Amino acid sequence: MLSDSDRIFTNLYGWESFGLEAARKRGDWDGTAAIIAKGKDWIIEEMKLSGMRGRGGAGFPTGMKWSFMPKTSDKPHYLVVNADEGEPGTCKDRDIMRYDPHKLLEGCLLACFAMGAHACYIYIRGEFYQEASNLQIAIDECYDAGLVGKNAAGSGWDLDIYLHLGAGAYICGEETALIESLEGKKGQPRNKPPFPAMAGLYSCPTTVNNVETIAAAPTILRRGGAWFASIGRPKNVGTKVFCISGHVNQPCNVEEEMGIPLKELIEKHAGGVRGGWDNLLAVIPGGSSTPMIPRDICDTVLMDFDALKDVKSGLGTAAVIVMDKSTDLIKAIARLSKFYMHESCGQCTPCREGTGWMWRVMERLARGNARVDEIDMLIDVSKEIEGHTICAHGDAAAWPIQGLVRHFRPMIEQRIADYHEVQLSGHRMAAE
Amino acid sequence: MSGSVGIAENGPEQPKEFAFTAENLAKAKKIVAKYPSGRQQSAVMPLLDLAQRQSGNWLPRVAMDYVADMLGMPRIKAYEVATFYSMYNLKPVGKHFVQVCTTTPCWLVGSAGIVDACKKHLGIGLGETTADGKFTLIEVECLGACVNAPMAQINDDYYEDLTPQNTVKLLEALANGQPVTPGSQTGRRGAQASSGPTSLHAQAKAAGVGAQALAAGAED
Repeated sequence: MLSDSDRIFTNLYGWESFGLEAARKRGDWDGTAAIIAKGKDWIIEEMKLSGMRGRGGAGFPTGMKWSFMPKTSDKPHYLVVNADEGEPGTCKDRDIMRYDPHKLLEGCLLACFAMGAHACYIYIRGEFYQEASNLQIAIDECYDAGLVGKNAAGSGWDLDIYLHLGAGAYICGEETALIESLEGKKGQPRNKPPFPAMAGLYSCPTTVNNVETIAAAPTILRRGGAWFASIGRPKNVGTKVFCISGHVNQPCNVEEEMGIPLKELIEKHAGGVRGGWDNLLAVIPGGSSTPMIPRDICDTVLMDFDALKDVKSGLGTAAVIVMDKSTDLIKAIARLSKFYMHESCGQCTPCREGTGWMWRVMERLARGNARVDEIDMLIDVSKEIEGHTICAHGDAAAWPIQGLVRHFRPMIEQRIADYHEVQLSGHRMAAE
Repeated sequence: MSGSVGIAENGPEQPKEFAFTAENLAKAKKIVAKYPSGRQQSAVMPLLDLAQRQSGNWLPRVAMDYVADMLGMPRIKAYEVATFYSMYNLKPVGKHFVQVCTTTPCWLVGSAGIVDACKKHLGIGLGETTADGKFTLIEVECLGACVNAPMAQINDDYYEDLTPQNTVKLLEALANGQPVTPGSQTGRRGAQASSGPTSLHAQAKAAGVGAQALAAGAED
């Protein structure tokens, strides 16, 4: 279990003020100029050394991402913070922004300096109105205190930070859709290449990073990349905010070490599974798009990128959705299929048509009103969607269904058999 | 994509004109200044939001036209934005716009019961508005407060840790113009475990949190 002294987000529950004075007491904005004085290369190397992998779901190494920005360029550079948190199960960035916004803002300065950006846009989902309000107050405090603006924090670097509210579209969490949206358009993902580091916001070099990633950077740079890298397992290091929801006794967010066993996470922090561990049916380990894992895998699996990949799932956003034995798993996944249908941007045919088709089949499977061979057809179609769209929305819609069929196919077949048994007995009664 | 009704046909009665108030015009100028010169289209979303707030929480077509003209962009581009994002209301909504999250994490812990409680108490179905214009009820996709599920957004605020009982209490208070407290309806602090902190013990002690959390937990 992670020691309290290694926790980054010490105001995760909002016990103290989110304001600048309290943030400074928690250690934020301490020696920021001295870190910047070490230079861009030092910061990027230290981030590489830390082993930080992006906390938005994809897990791409942060230091490497920062190094992709051109060293010299005649165009402005931008940092865009992805605060469009919306992956079902996930509610961690919200708490960073409403309770600990100065960690994010200090991180913006350090990241912008390292990547040669003088402007940063934080794109926050529009529904997070109160969180945006806290964040704007924190930004205003920074300008008033000289921490942002000209010669930010006395570093010699000029930086402006702007808040931009979305207006309800899950797809804008995809980085190029987010950029389109920020340019005042429909949030439809762009083809890559060009990658944002070459041509992103306003066709300028742009890096898009998740809130948690940027907010962890100041502590990493103060304590050293080696400290962060010493927590967890190789290639799966550092601390991580987990969100535990669903059928647990005490749903909560908690910062833990990467690689904590799933069972320990649930039992130590979330009060255990409702009705005890033996009442566990399955867990969606990393937000809605990660395939579910059944109880026997949950017994031993570790919560990190590689361990979950090894069991054909993923860490994603580390949003753990727990489902006990009372759960109708087919309905639970059908509801996710409806979500992906609703949130498809409509640009690519396989996703636009396929998400709706999969939802309709899932609804029939939930009632049992289907043929057994339609399960195979559903998987075939899901594989035609996966990998055949501009962005990963199609993949994300396919994976939960694939996870369900991989582990619980007999349950679906039983549902179909039960449905037809009832139909048949109805006919028999009518005939008699 | 937004499932909103069409802008032109079968839509609500549209006002004839729209212009920002002096106060909102000043706000709009500040918003446009956030973006580089020549990139003022970036301001379309916040300006549509501002126009919606001025119009009583819905976005008439004339307001879209006004915003598009102000930003020097084709009006069709503003319509595209207004119809793509779910938070622009293309027809009027009630004074209290009740949006219940029903995506899987909320569904697992009883969002269907919250929807039912709202329907029964308000006497309306999803997508409908009460006769007195006080409430509109819809279901929405994940609002990102899953650890405090089930939950609903009413106007700008989140109401969390809902039960059918506390939801009805909340709706009654809103109907009667009584003060309500956003956030957890069971007194839970943020997204901490309801029985008290499981980490950050020194901070909890310094903030005097443990005892409070236990007290709040006991009320549940």
